[in-house]
Amino acid sequence: MDNLDQLQADILQRVSASKTLEDLDVVRIQVLGKKGELTALMKQLGGLDAQTRRERGQKLNLVKQAITVALEQRKSVLEDAALTARLKAESVDVSLPARPRTVGLRHPISQTMEELVAIFGEMGFSVAQGPHIEDDFHNFTALNIPPEHPARQEFDTFYMPEKADGTRPVLRTHTSPVQIRTMMTTRPPLRIIAPGRTFRADHDATHSPMFHQIEGLVIDEKTNMGHLKGTLIDFCRAYFGVEDLPVRFRPSFFPFTEPSAEVDIGCTRTNGQLKIGAGDDWLEILGSGMVHPRVLAACGLDPEKYQGFAFGMGVERIAMLKYGIPDLRTFYDSDLRWMKHYGFVPLEMPSMVRGL
Amino acid sequence: MKFTFSWLKDHLDTASSLGDIVEKLSLIGLEVESVTDRGADLAAFKTCRVKQAVQHPNADRLRVCLVETCEGDVQVVCGAPNARTGLVGIFAPAGTWIPGTEVMLKAGEIRGEASNGMLVSEREMGLSDEHDGIIELPADTPLGLPIAEAMGFDDPIIEIGITPNRGDCLGVRGIARDLAAAGLGQLKPLQIKREAGSGPSPVRWAIAEGAAVSCVAGRGFRGVKNGASPRWLQDRLRAVGLRPVSALVDVTNYISLDLGRPLHVFDGDRLRSDCLTWRVATPGESFRALDDRDYTLDDTMTVACDGQGVVGLGGVMGGADSGCQDDTTIAFLEVALFDPVSIAMTGRKTGIHSDARYRFERGVDPDSLSWGLDIATRMILDLCGGEASEVVMAGSPPDHQRSVTLRPARLFELCGVELAATDQANILRQLGFGVEDKDGLLAVAVPSWRSDVELEACLVEEVLRIHGFDKIPEVSLPSPSSLPQVALTREQRRVSTIRTALCWQGLNEAVTFSFVSAVQAAFFGPVPETLTVVNPISADLDTMRPSLLPTLLAAVARNRDRGAANHAIFEVGPQYKGDKPADQQEVAAGLRAGHFVGPHWDQGTRVVDVFDVKADALAALQAVGTPIENLHVFTTTPEYYHPGRSGVLGLGPKNALAFFGELHPRASGAAGIKGPVLAFEVFFEQVPFPKGKKTTKPALELSAFQAFTRDFAFVVDAQTPAQQLLRALKGADKSLISDVLLFDVYQGDGVAVGKKSLAVTVTIQPHARTLTEDDIAALSQRIIQQAMKSGAVLRH
Repeated sequence: MDNLDQLQADILQRVSASKTLEDLDVVRIQVLGKKGELTALMKQLGGLDAQTRRERGQKLNLVKQAITVALEQRKSVLEDAALTARLKAESVDVSLPARPRTVGLRHPISQTMEELVAIFGEMGFSVAQGPHIEDDFHNFTALNIPPEHPARQEFDTFYMPEKADGTRPVLRTHTSPVQIRTMMTTRPPLRIIAPGRTFRADHDATHSPMFHQIEGLVIDEKTNMGHLKGTLIDFCRAYFGVEDLPVRFRPSFFPFTEPSAEVDIGCTRTNGQLKIGAGDDWLEILGSGMVHPRVLAACGLDPEKYQGFAFGMGVERIAMLKYGIPDLRTFYDSDLRWMKHYGFVPLEMPSMVRGL
Repeated sequence: MKFTFSWLKDHLDTASSLGDIVEKLSLIGLEVESVTDRGADLAAFKTCRVKQAVQHPNADRLRVCLVETCEGDVQVVCGAPNARTGLVGIFAPAGTWIPGTEVMLKAGEIRGEASNGMLVSEREMGLSDEHDGIIELPADTPLGLPIAEAMGFDDPIIEIGITPNRGDCLGVRGIARDLAAAGLGQLKPLQIKREAGSGPSPVRWAIAEGAAVSCVAGRGFRGVKNGASPRWLQDRLRAVGLRPVSALVDVTNYISLDLGRPLHVFDGDRLRSDCLTWRVATPGESFRALDDRDYTLDDTMTVACDGQGVVGLGGVMGGADSGCQDDTTIAFLEVALFDPVSIAMTGRKTGIHSDARYRFERGVDPDSLSWGLDIATRMILDLCGGEASEVVMAGSPPDHQRSVTLRPARLFELCGVELAATDQANILRQLGFGVEDKDGLLAVAVPSWRSDVELEACLVEEVLRIHGFDKIPEVSLPSPSSLPQVALTREQRRVSTIRTALCWQGLNEAVTFSFVSAVQAAFFGPVPETLTVVNPISADLDTMRPSLLPTLLAAVARNRDRGAANHAIFEVGPQYKGDKPADQQEVAAGLRAGHFVGPHWDQGTRVVDVFDVKADALAALQAVGTPIENLHVFTTTPEYYHPGRSGVLGLGPKNALAFFGELHPRASGAAGIKGPVLAFEVFFEQVPFPKGKKTTKPALELSAFQAFTRDFAFVVDAQTPAQQLLRALKGADKSLISDVLLFDVYQGDGVAVGKKSLAVTVTIQPHARTLTEDDIAALSQRIIQQAMKSGAVLRH
């Protein structure tokens, strides 16, 4: 009897002493294999009498059970250790840089134009466009700027070669010719914005020979200056994201509007820093007015029947104000460092319902 | 337009503060650009009296002065020759900043005598260059008066921007009139008295055919004494930035600023005949103007001539040789009316920016011919003495009488503002309009000085601007429907989409000029002459670009100069092939140079190549809905691309939708870039829109049978485009073959010279049943047969 206890203790010791799964398997085969120590003892049972066989069989079964359990437990421990060791061996330096995936950025002008479309789109404006190389009629004459009007000098026009018929195309000095093209081809009611490139022969710190404007035009039978005021106040507050932004309208002069108004927004200037919002100062941001009766007439619209307003503003200017970009000339320089600093991640199109 | 507060008060009887007036000016359309209070910076310097000045014991040229100030007596050491007992001057206490010398004044000792301040000169105060002595004021000047008040420059200067329509506000009086109408005071009457004059004028006028002068008046002055004008006049001119010259010249400048009436005075002795004739200039005629520059004239300009030559460029500038001098004793005054258009053109051609031109081209009050003569006469006689001659005239004043009808309801219709007709009439009357109510309509007589008011809308504006733009209600635009409408056309929407797609390709968006240099443009195709800018700001920007690439190349070159090694930029913008609207095309183009990848610890580095920009072009085309699986690649790129490393993407050979590839080294080299530059141009406007507006997609058909792949390798001529084999394989069985992927291109051992091996994985998708081994063998045979038809041989 004692020798079975001894055997069990001996085997359990061997199980717990095995260091690897392979060692453990060797022990299992030595004990429980076909020629294993316990298997041999089991085989001897057949030669015993029934009483002895039953007693010894029960004892042997208990021993086998204990050994099987010990083998399972030891196997599990060794498997865990092996897995841990493997995973440890597989470790990498996760602080290494990831594989690069570059995303380019949208130019502030595109971003601003999309914002303008988002805001005015909500107010029922659609986008109209026109050519950059314009004729005198669309750029000047139809806009009530006769050839020798002093206002023409303020435009610093780029001219293209004279044509056989004596006319001289120009690079459009403003987006206003799109008003003319729209009124001449589409019957009111009209609500359009026309963003795009414009050109003036001027180049210094605050002027670029090419820049962008956005034009707005509303023509129907009822729209008056109150609507002009409401629309532009709605726009300014939405664009700058300042709900109580003060907006001031001042009389001014543009050949193509009558009455004409310049629009200022409230701001504060402290130590050279400009902040848009209610403050003690004003900042001029756009020109506007009721479309001049002569402009309507030039487009074949009866000024006694149709009326409406127009406005125009510099896209770069409002982008500079909103995004704190200090220098106009940098917009066209394509300096990669500038593009990466002031550009916009192309994740979302600006939208009023999602938030500008 | 600059003027001072007290000058304004010459014309405006007002109790309003400077602040109120400045605010109102902007609100009635006279935009205030600046207000300068010259006294504010010098407020610390006040009048004082030298009680006693004695010789400095240790310095010959210094005096020790006991100075009486409003703060008590102070000892000052002073080196000015005029420092003497009893002098009233200006005291600068210790601790003040002296603007003229830019030093902080400290108390101290000078050669052993305490000096606790300074008696200052005009130069030390930054007032003038005068430094011969310290400032001396009249003996009865009160003690402790701020310097600005004591010396008469405590008068704030207001500068306003005048819009081109408001010629009438180019005189202080016009501004006062607007302010009075806006309720900030009363316009004072203008004192006009006709001086009959005696004796004939030494000079008379004549107007020749074609001269842009409608009317001119004048008169002579005998026995005048020219010289410096009085202090008050000089102070005013200086305050607004004009240099006083002499009494006669200052009078003309003053009346121009005060009343908006430009004048000219000749020295009668320097005119070489007794008749001045206005005539059209002879082309090539030369003229030396008052600015001492010579101008070459042409036959669009009007000049005044004496018997021997040009003495004045009409309405723009007088002549250098006939102007008044200090010794002038006979003066001849010119009061003329010029055609604004002619003046504008002459001014533009000669580049002369004079106060006279500025006013004449914006329209001068025709009535000023008469009152301008009277006021100038009075002022010349007052300042220079002498005797005025009889008046001489030529031409006839233009008829400016004009009546415009105002329907009072228009103010509400156009501006949304309700204001009674009587109130509207009152505003117009305040502005000098004559108003008569005719059955509810206002018959409005436009005053002589308002040539800009031509239509009813102008009157509406006049009423509105004085009534106040702040009275306009704020009304949001009514919405035609409860949902916003589509704002972009599908063409416009493509621009946004393509921009986003290219950003996601890793390209940064640039915006570059529409013009380039002719030399740069020439690399990108012949540019018609119609695209040359006649008056470019520089030769670098004289041609409308035929492609976006030259301006993008210049951007890459600039970035390279700044040290950037890797470049990935794009632009969506216009290119031009002619000057007609249809010749302008929106294109998406981009450039890559340097590394596409890395350096990276795992991926190493890879220089950009043609397949990077091909991917860019495909991404852009896909973004605008091009069926890119149907695209063919051609090699007919323009000459500015590398002939062997560029391609055209199109749905057919005639319709190029994109170019991509390495730029020809001559094109990139011309921009100053040495290494390879990869480019793409996508002509997305050419991409057809899908037909119809269907939003539903075809039903998804999922096969119950698993797809599997088979690999093949084919040998083809090295020159054969891979596209040819891939298309052939796809066509072997259109229902079973769902995809063909090229995974290897090999030339070398085992492949004959002049041949290449193309290895592909063919994906087979059964639909009706699982394919048997025989089916698959048969399909493989069809694939191999199809490949052979395209000139490929199965590689063994």
